Amino acid sequence: MAKIKKKIKTITVDADKCNGCRGCEIVCSGFHSIPKYSTINPARSRIQVVFRPLEDIWLPIFAGEYSPAECMGREKYLIDEKNYDECEFCRASCPARDRFKEPDSGLPLRCDMCEDEPELEQPKCVEWCINDVLVYEVREEEVDEEESIDDVEIGLQSLVDKHGLKKIVETFTRMSQKD
Amino acid sequence: MRYAETGYNLEIDLATGNIERVETDPKLMELHLGGLGTSVKLHWDRVPPETKPFDAENLLVFSTGILNATPAFSANRSVVTFISPQSELLAYPMMGGFWSAELKYAGYDKVIFSNKSPKWVYIWINNDKVEIRDASHLVGKGALETQFLIREELNEPRAQVAAIGIAGENKVFTASIEQGRSSASRLGGGAVMGDKKIKAVAVRGTKNDIHLAHGAEFMEHMMDMTKYINFRRENPIPGVMTILSGIGSPQEMLHTDEKWHTENFSWGNARTRRRGFWDERISEEWPRVQLEGIKRLISCFNCPQQCGALISYKDTPRYMAKCFGKLTYAMASYVDKMEFAWTTLQRATEYGVDSFSTPQILAFGIELYEAGILTDKDFAGAPTDKEGRFVWLLDRVARREGIGDVLANGTYWAAKEIGNGAEEYAHNNIKKHEQLPLKLGMLDPLYYLMYSTNEKISITQIEGNWPQGAFPTLEQREEFVKDWPQLPNEYMKQWLLDWEPRGEKGIPHFPTPDMCCEIVDWMEMLHNIDDACCVCAGMSSFCLKPPYHIHNYPKIISAATGLDLDEDSLKKIVNRSRNLHRAYNNRLGMRRKDEKPPEDHWKRRFPELEEELLSTYYRYKGWNQDGIPTKERLHELDLDYVTEDLEKRGILKDGQD
Ligand code: SF4
Ligand code: SF4
Ligand code: SF4
Repeated sequence: MAKIKKKIKTITVDADKCNGCRGCEIVCSGFHSIPKYSTINPARSRIQVVFRPLEDIWLPIFAGEYSPAECMGREKYLIDEKNYDECEFCRASCPARDRFKEPDSGLPLRCDMCEDEPELEQPKCVEWCINDVLVYEVREEEVDEEESIDDVEIGLQSLVDKHGLKKIVETFTRMSQKD
Repeated sequence: MRYAETGYNLEIDLATGNIERVETDPKLMELHLGGLGTSVKLHWDRVPPETKPFDAENLLVFSTGILNATPAFSANRSVVTFISPQSELLAYPMMGGFWSAELKYAGYDKVIFSNKSPKWVYIWINNDKVEIRDASHLVGKGALETQFLIREELNEPRAQVAAIGIAGENKVFTASIEQGRSSASRLGGGAVMGDKKIKAVAVRGTKNDIHLAHGAEFMEHMMDMTKYINFRRENPIPGVMTILSGIGSPQEMLHTDEKWHTENFSWGNARTRRRGFWDERISEEWPRVQLEGIKRLISCFNCPQQCGALISYKDTPRYMAKCFGKLTYAMASYVDKMEFAWTTLQRATEYGVDSFSTPQILAFGIELYEAGILTDKDFAGAPTDKEGRFVWLLDRVARREGIGDVLANGTYWAAKEIGNGAEEYAHNNIKKHEQLPLKLGMLDPLYYLMYSTNEKISITQIEGNWPQGAFPTLEQREEFVKDWPQLPNEYMKQWLLDWEPRGEKGIPHFPTPDMCCEIVDWMEMLHNIDDACCVCAGMSSFCLKPPYHIHNYPKIISAATGLDLDEDSLKKIVNRSRNLHRAYNNRLGMRRKDEKPPEDHWKRRFPELEEELLSTYYRYKGWNQDGIPTKERLHELDLDYVTEDLEKRGILKDGQD
């Protein structure tokens, strides 16, 4: 397979600095609305802050891959004497829970590092977090070329998983005829 | 399409259990914006002045503001309105935190509670599903504990819960409504909530998008604000005490040097100024124990500050705190231990009481006991040591047991009931409500007006943007005015330049009454904008050179709402609501005679000047000499219906100004 240069974008989360303001959720949801910042709803954000204040837990989590099925088991973490519940660290948009799904359609959400034209200097949540919890880095790496699937395809895949291919095709045809 | 607001209120009739989602009139936003503005209108329309605080007709309204749930920094207040059992006027304590954002994302601007529930309930607002649920198992539980139990029970860790503790259940007049790290504390909202038998209101919202009329432009304003916030973080204002040098609500959890507050406030029941308090031992012990107790600093919704803290002190159950609660219990009791501060504040937070009034009320009880006005009979069973006795009395008040039942009504009402000279000891009230425990030397004309005339009747009153005292040197003044875009008019800079700490150009005669009117009116107007938007006063009206001010507010609000506001039209809107609020309180009986700071607030008083100040301010505001808005002023503000009502009731007499 051919090698290509790829930009690896990382956001390091320094969770101990998080003060739980949820500003990252607000700005992410606004940035991804169409037109930009026309609507705000943190439930549509691709970053979600897990918080259990009395346990001193504030943990920003980024939306990762869509998963059509939930995992077979669960993990629990004990870090610094804090108990993190099952699924808490997981980034997947999965059938076991509501996190990282559009609240109306249920379509999966995934952090796209705020891809935009022209490219942003830094992702919006990083920019908005005034407490330096989120630190952004870009580096270049040589990787094997592979086909990437885009958001539309992920969305469609999840609809297919939910309703079956036939239903989706029928609906699609019906909708295109209406136009 | 409704912008910034959801356009719906939730009406809950506690007597019948009827729940309705009611669309609001879009015109109301043009007339009163939202938040306190539209809530005042609601009370005016629906709660007649004959209503007593614990009547079923007394509405309890939880409101969000026009900017909550938008990306506007620090727009996270929930304003709670009701006729207060303590002042018997329309009160509006506010809480920060996360509750108001959840409510708007659930699809409502306000929750309006009418009537009383026959049994203890809590309310669960989960987007369009709203339930009144049994709360019998939560009765007797702490305010924080209740929030925790409800989240567990609903299996919804992200629900925000506003709850009362046992003080609210027992209708203690200083009962607060607690929510995470925040609380709506002043004037007994917890008591009215308890009277309606609402233990808590839980909310989670995910389904309702908040629309911005001009989102991209709105974000540009916020980016400008970010720059300014960062600038201020790096450049505190020189020449003022630390607590005033930054932005945000008082950073009491962060700052540990309390020399100024402990030595300059009057402690006990607003009684003793403790010069030399911050000595070698205390200045080592208090900061150390403060930091031992603070596990993490925490913020409210979308705020770059972190005024609150998670407190984890030894084996005291964990809780959250903010502001001066850290000092008030230890200082009021003369127990000179920071450890006592942390442990008592935890107890008081679970009981759900206001940490400004309550410590004064307890100290008042102890003063009366020491003076022989209260007796051993009243204190039967009380420990004899200072610490034990103070906590014992707190327990009695929260439970309304014995003498606690009398004290639970606050110093004004308790003194009346106790008699026998007790009234002399209730010396720190305005409009029946305990004030900041501060006793000063020279009458300050600005503060005189702020204390006397505002409807908030509590601690923050309407201060903030104008410095608390004159700078000693001209260089300092020049430095301060150089960079002061928040000021409404350039010519006011000269007033600050001329203002001296003492002498002819010092208080009480300077700023002159006319200047005082303009300064106070400006600061009040800003508070009123904050309260309609539900922006934290700490980022606006309550701090020096704040991020929000009269020149950027109209642009921010316009971009969010689609209204086309300039400074004048925005001022007119909040002025309308402010006059409606005043007229409402006039209807409840408030008059000039009530507009008085405590006798001993300043040592040096100037009765004639004070009368002149008040008269000048009334004229400036367009009020008659009894403090009632005139027909003309009401007409200018499109409030002819108010004139009609006030005339009908004989409060405004035709032709009288
Ligand atoms: S913006 Fe930063 S501090 Fe605020 S919740 Fe997100 S990560 Fe935490
Ligand atoms: S990087 Fe962009 S898309 Fe990803 S969570 Fe942050 S704001 Fe959202
Ligand atoms: S300044 Fe403090 S009190 Fe105000 S919103 Fe921010 S964190 Fe809350």
